[in-house]
Amino acid sequence: MSSSSDPTPDTADPSQTPVKRSKHRGLPGFGLTMGYTLLYLSIIILIPLSSTVLKTLNIGIDGFWELITQPRVMAALKLSFSTSLVAALVNVIGGTIVAWILVRYEFPGKKLVDAMIDLPFALPTAVAGISLTAIYSKNGWLGAPLEAMGFKIAYAAPGIVIALVFIGFPFVVRTVQPILENLESDMEEAAAMLGATRIQTLIRIVLPTLFPAMLTGFTLAFARGVGEYGSVVFISGNMPMRTEIAPLLIVTKLEQYQTADATAIAVAMLIISFAGLFAINILQRWTSLRSGQSR
Amino acid sequence: MAAIISRLSSRPTSRKAVSDPPWLRFLLLTAGISFIVILLLVPLAAVFTEALRRGFGAYLQAFTDPDARHAISLTLIVTVISVPLNIVFGLAASWAITKHDFKGKSLLITLIDLPFSVSPVISGLIFVLLFGAQGWMGPWLSAHNLQVIFAVPGIVLATVFVTFPFVARELIPAMQADGRDEEQAAYLLGANGWQIFRHVTLPNVRWALLYGVLLCNARAMGEFGAVSVVSGHIRGLTNTIPLHVEILYNEYNFVGAFAMASVLALLALITLAGKSFVEWQMARRSEAPERERVPDNTPIHKRFET
Repeated sequence: MSSSSDPTPDTADPSQTPVKRSKHRGLPGFGLTMGYTLLYLSIIILIPLSSTVLKTLNIGIDGFWELITQPRVMAALKLSFSTSLVAALVNVIGGTIVAWILVRYEFPGKKLVDAMIDLPFALPTAVAGISLTAIYSKNGWLGAPLEAMGFKIAYAAPGIVIALVFIGFPFVVRTVQPILENLESDMEEAAAMLGATRIQTLIRIVLPTLFPAMLTGFTLAFARGVGEYGSVVFISGNMPMRTEIAPLLIVTKLEQYQTADATAIAVAMLIISFAGLFAINILQRWTSLRSGQSR
Repeated sequence: MAAIISRLSSRPTSRKAVSDPPWLRFLLLTAGISFIVILLLVPLAAVFTEALRRGFGAYLQAFTDPDARHAISLTLIVTVISVPLNIVFGLAASWAITKHDFKGKSLLITLIDLPFSVSPVISGLIFVLLFGAQGWMGPWLSAHNLQVIFAVPGIVLATVFVTFPFVARELIPAMQADGRDEEQAAYLLGANGWQIFRHVTLPNVRWALLYGVLLCNARAMGEFGAVSVVSGHIRGLTNTIPLHVEILYNEYNFVGAFAMASVLALLALITLAGKSFVEWQMARRSEAPERERVPDNTPIHKRFET
């Protein structure tokens, strides 16, 4: 009889009861996949990364501070963080405009432009580096006219900024774009009906809604810029104290077998970056609370 | 109510109210398009023009150099090892994270993302600290005549580290959007864990997986900073394509450097085309009737944050 085989909570083994299974144990395979995930994560990421902490403990706080405050190191850190800041700001403006035209306007080749946005993610940094250097050096397509106007781009700080703008460009577009796509036009309509001009609506209604996404894009572009190496080394000229970025100084120190110096710079970069990310995270929460947006 | 709203929003006056005046439209379009042309298209075009500067013969000549050939084969070897490793990890991690409940899930996702926020140079440095001559395991390695740094194993390790999150970060949002209903149903019908994964989960996320693999592959072949630190730049031995580009460039062999670079640029274009194809497939799937799925173009900030 079929009814006798129906599992009932009283007669069946609890582990055989479907309801109980799905409620308390969930799907199978958790132990294996989770175990593998944690093992692989530890071997590839956690253990290697902890080597920087161990090395720093070896150096000691005083030693660390001494290594970090060398003028050449300070100059490199300052240059890395300041050029990344400028590049991320350029990207916030350019990226938001590009996201806006991609979502709100129609123009020929729009699909192609949309696909091209991710080029900096897909193009290896060394390729971007030599290409940008060829363009902006004094015989290059853009370098020659700019040089004639008195602007030196390659082998100077502006060259570093251009490389970092290239590298960080997709972040802002790709964070702002989905928010714009999901933006209902009712607020904009209401503003227009209450007599606001289009410019007022854009500045007072649209921009504040986009602000959290812009901030996220800014953060990602900034963080990427601080650590960037491949695209910058070619265009920067690499002069100590002037156009030497922090990641390059790490490489230089390693080549001279000064691992302590290299580690100290790396740890300083990680600390400043994480502190910055943390601060922006808090700002982000605060602004999304204020604008009453739930993400 | 919904009908009224849809009628309201389709009224011509309100359409006009939310569209920009022509001068602003012109200004933003010009600014946006020139930004893209100058920033993205000009560098891409420059790679191919510089590579072909001395003609097609000189371009092809660049690939006959044995060091160039070795760089290409080393890059392929490193990619063939590191990408599958991260595919297996990505599948395991996303299955564990999205199909099960446990404490510390967001911490785990943050840890998986960690390589994104570490400079490539630091990614190489950590392996030098572990396996280098002065590193923690350096004496043991040299006692056993093993070499990791300035050798292929180090290049593989650094590549695995920097490409670690790519597959997982595409799969996690895709599996999350699919939910667990189909897997639960399969389980109740008696499928075991592997069968559920193979016949239910995997087919549902195949496009997200493909995109993750494409990104992982592009980065594995193109990684420069991390590999540069651990490779030692030994010509014909530990030079990958990007490192060989650097060597040729520093020797003022620009045609050679840009010829090698053009291979990587082609790879980037293929990756972008693949991405567009995957997005098109996903959009098609989400438009398919009786399947209420969220289109899976997960915004990138969702992929990077927790």
